[in-house]
Amino acid sequence: MKILKQAGFVIFLIGLSIFTGTLFTGTFNLTSSELASFVTEKGYKNELILDELTKAVVTTEELTIFEFSNRVRKAYKTSNDHYDALIASFDADKNWDKKGEQYQYKIYGKPHTLSFELAKIAGKGPTKEHAGILWLLTFGLGIIGALLFILPNFVLLGKAGIKNNGIYLEASTNRGFIAWLVLVYLVSFYLVLYFMPDYVVNWTYILDPISKTLNGGLASQWFVYGFLYCIIMLVMASRMYIKYRHNKYQIIRTTSVLFFQIVFAFLIPEIMTSLNMPGYDFKNAFPLDYDFFFDWNLDSLRNSGGIGIFILVWGIVLTLIIVPVMVYFFGKRWYCSWVCGCGGLAETLGDPYRQHSDKSLNSWKLERWLIHFVLLFSLVMTLVTLYTYFTGTDSFLGINSQWIKDTYSFLIGAWFAGVIGTGFYPIFGNRVWCRFGCPLAAYLGFVQRFKSRFRITTNGGQCISCGNCSTYCEQGIDVRAYAQKGENIVRSSCVGCGICSAVCPRGVLKLENGPENGRINPTDILLGNDVDLMELINNK
Amino acid sequence: MKHMDHIVIIGNGISGVTLARHIRKNSENEITIVSAETEYFFSRTALMYVYMGHMKFEHTQPYESWFWKKNSINLKKGYVKEIDTSNKQLIFSNNELLSYDKLVLATGSKPAKFGWPGQDLEGVMGMYHKQDLENLEKHAPNNKVCKRAVIVGGGLIGIELAEMLHSRNIAVTFLVRESSFWNGVLPTAESEMINRHIINNHIDLRLNTNLKEIKSDENGCVKSVIIEETGEEITCNVVGLTTGVAPNIAFLKNSNIETNKGILVNRFLETTIKDVYAIGDCAEQRAAIGNRRPIEAVWYTGRMMGETLAQTICGNRIEYKPGHWFNSAKFFDIEYQTYGWVFGEKGRPTYEKHFHWSHPDDTKCITIAYDKDSSLFLGINTFGIRMRHEIFDKWLTEKRDVNYVIEFLADANFDPEFYSLYEKEITTKFNQENGTSITSRKKSWKRIFTKA
Repeated sequence: MKILKQAGFVIFLIGLSIFTGTLFTGTFNLTSSELASFVTEKGYKNELILDELTKAVVTTEELTIFEFSNRVRKAYKTSNDHYDALIASFDADKNWDKKGEQYQYKIYGKPHTLSFELAKIAGKGPTKEHAGILWLLTFGLGIIGALLFILPNFVLLGKAGIKNNGIYLEASTNRGFIAWLVLVYLVSFYLVLYFMPDYVVNWTYILDPISKTLNGGLASQWFVYGFLYCIIMLVMASRMYIKYRHNKYQIIRTTSVLFFQIVFAFLIPEIMTSLNMPGYDFKNAFPLDYDFFFDWNLDSLRNSGGIGIFILVWGIVLTLIIVPVMVYFFGKRWYCSWVCGCGGLAETLGDPYRQHSDKSLNSWKLERWLIHFVLLFSLVMTLVTLYTYFTGTDSFLGINSQWIKDTYSFLIGAWFAGVIGTGFYPIFGNRVWCRFGCPLAAYLGFVQRFKSRFRITTNGGQCISCGNCSTYCEQGIDVRAYAQKGENIVRSSCVGCGICSAVCPRGVLKLENGPENGRINPTDILLGNDVDLMELINNK
Repeated sequence: MKHMDHIVIIGNGISGVTLARHIRKNSENEITIVSAETEYFFSRTALMYVYMGHMKFEHTQPYESWFWKKNSINLKKGYVKEIDTSNKQLIFSNNELLSYDKLVLATGSKPAKFGWPGQDLEGVMGMYHKQDLENLEKHAPNNKVCKRAVIVGGGLIGIELAEMLHSRNIAVTFLVRESSFWNGVLPTAESEMINRHIINNHIDLRLNTNLKEIKSDENGCVKSVIIEETGEEITCNVVGLTTGVAPNIAFLKNSNIETNKGILVNRFLETTIKDVYAIGDCAEQRAAIGNRRPIEAVWYTGRMMGETLAQTICGNRIEYKPGHWFNSAKFFDIEYQTYGWVFGEKGRPTYEKHFHWSHPDDTKCITIAYDKDSSLFLGINTFGIRMRHEIFDKWLTEKRDVNYVIEFLADANFDPEFYSLYEKEITTKFNQENGTSITSRKKSWKRIFTKA
């Protein structure tokens, strides 16, 4: 069994190395007709960019993706610089008409995105030509290796039960060098994915066949991310199933997040795209889905006929009615640890790191400032966006609509939710985004704290203050602080993962939905002591 | 304004710390907690999880270090060697002095030893203090250094130590004097289920087996143990002595505080000397309270004594009156809870009758004790099924009979959501054995939240 596990680890590393290695494969160049049709399709009105791109990438030279990207971005810059210079000079001449004319010749969008789109056409090489084999060597080996590593745990962990043995003795789960290596890999992955998509164009080739089958088009970097996300959750869910096989709550909850990720976040949007509908994740609620009210999305929905209107109405109903009503009945767990994609990754890939959330009072303070700031940020952004959308102006309350959207997307959408939120799993724990950043979680938290039937009941006086619950709370709640006082836990940040209850050696904690009356039960003297004394002190 | 006393508490365990917290809530008295073991309060019961790698030591500390200063509770690390009650002062091992107005002894227990040859060798240890944990880490870091460990004494600490060593794949021989694990407390069927569970976890369980002596190698380290009954020699590198604990009161030898096995206290937790109190494991009641033992080395009772004594010290003199007995433990993967009194074979009152139900998977069972004449519900042991403390406390107060408990058992279930429920099977078995026709009722929130 141990050999199987080690073999699995080696196979996984081979798969991961090949996967990473593919990024450096392939050659990139374009013919002039390919470039011409691309530029026509894009509707660029300026000749310069065509010239510059022709000089850059219409060649028989076999460029690597990095050289290719460099040249495209240079061409982009040269072209835009030219028109910027014109704009500046017309501006100096106060020739407003001429100045205004130049803007149409500028190219918008990110240079790396242009490079990605061109590279998608320009690429040649083994990864593109043998996508099937490469799939097996990367995803295939990765999956087989990971499963071989995980499945023997069924035997190796011993009998069903809480087996957190060695978590704080191993480099991978105790912030050792392995954890740091994983962090570096994850952070690099997100940086490249978000900011340099052309560098991962090779990965998209591997998934082109699958993408074509699902939605009729070629794979984008987001398709790669979505597919990888589902695969990782599937594989790591098998780990959850083994680790918590004695705990039905965990089994059902894990199945639920898997279902919503694969069907709602991945398959349905892909199928919608193949039917020429806007691809929409029906469970992704605003303000986590922060661009729902962005002008491009509203336009796209308005132009998509009945389904577009349905999505628009659904999105609003989901946030304003379904989400809070469900939180009232079940707590925010119904979303955060049963449905949400971010939660889904945190509860599968992130489970080995859940113990790293900071439990100090200071981190709780930081949490409240940050998460409520992000909620406010997202609401202000949406207000500005909607105002400018309906009035046709550029800004509202002195805030430029494009600027605030770009800033939010960059700081919150990319850096906070992705790079830090997931990249820092191995060091800061698996719920950094959910705890400190997610505006939807902040909103759900208000409902959970002030108007909900959900609580974690503390079982009278049974707590022995051991600290397992606090240690394994991914949201950094000091669960023990409540349990040892005999108080129920009613915290806005609790996502109801149920692990505190699972790891408790004395059966002290139970997640449950019940009458609001008695949900919060401050006590000084715990159950089991003198009845008169308890009454005297607790009812004081 | 009332004169502020200096309250000195020796011992920073659950009793002493609970006391300090409650004194602080109710008064401005100066509080000093003295400990020789650690700077900060930690949960002793969680030491095992540190060795097993579930937690780091800092996780066993329930309060962040700023807590003490914020609540102006002074912490002093030092070993008290003597108490001078006439001058109301403590003498530390470095001859430092500390005077008090009121003194509370909350020094807890130490592992009991029974004079076995070799019991002080390197590699022989209890599992009680933080220092024991460090000692174990030194002598049994892995199964290369420690090829086998022998544990002597079949109680709660013994089985925890077995689980700890097992988590690092160290072979364990577990010597239990009794004919079945912890059967001085547990009824036979339960005790036997735990025997099987221990064996299923690959522990070499030896029942009816006593330790004769521990043998030393040339360096004064443990080499082997000899079994009393058979003379068998078992080679090992570590010996865990977990044959119970005794009050930690040696430093009181020369004081005039009256002691027996523990520090003798009245129901107000007062010792024979004015302004000196004792709580927790080290306190011994002059007369047992109900079915309780005069010395109760249990987390919960320590806490309750702390809660109670704080009232007395803050001017509301009040008797220690523990409520209905409850306790809990975990045997490897099987959780155990008990509410009220369920006796094992030994010392069981003649009127006490048991109803026992067990699950075929051999990891879950319950035993309900009741009065065979009046059917009064006396207590319940549950294994592998969590139960609601409040409900059983209420039923004991309301003096419900066993039929009522069976009928409404679903109200008491505390297992996580979606877990299989066994009330129907339990009721069926009860009906078969007793010729009753009870129908198990569905859980009712209304009943659960109705106070006794």
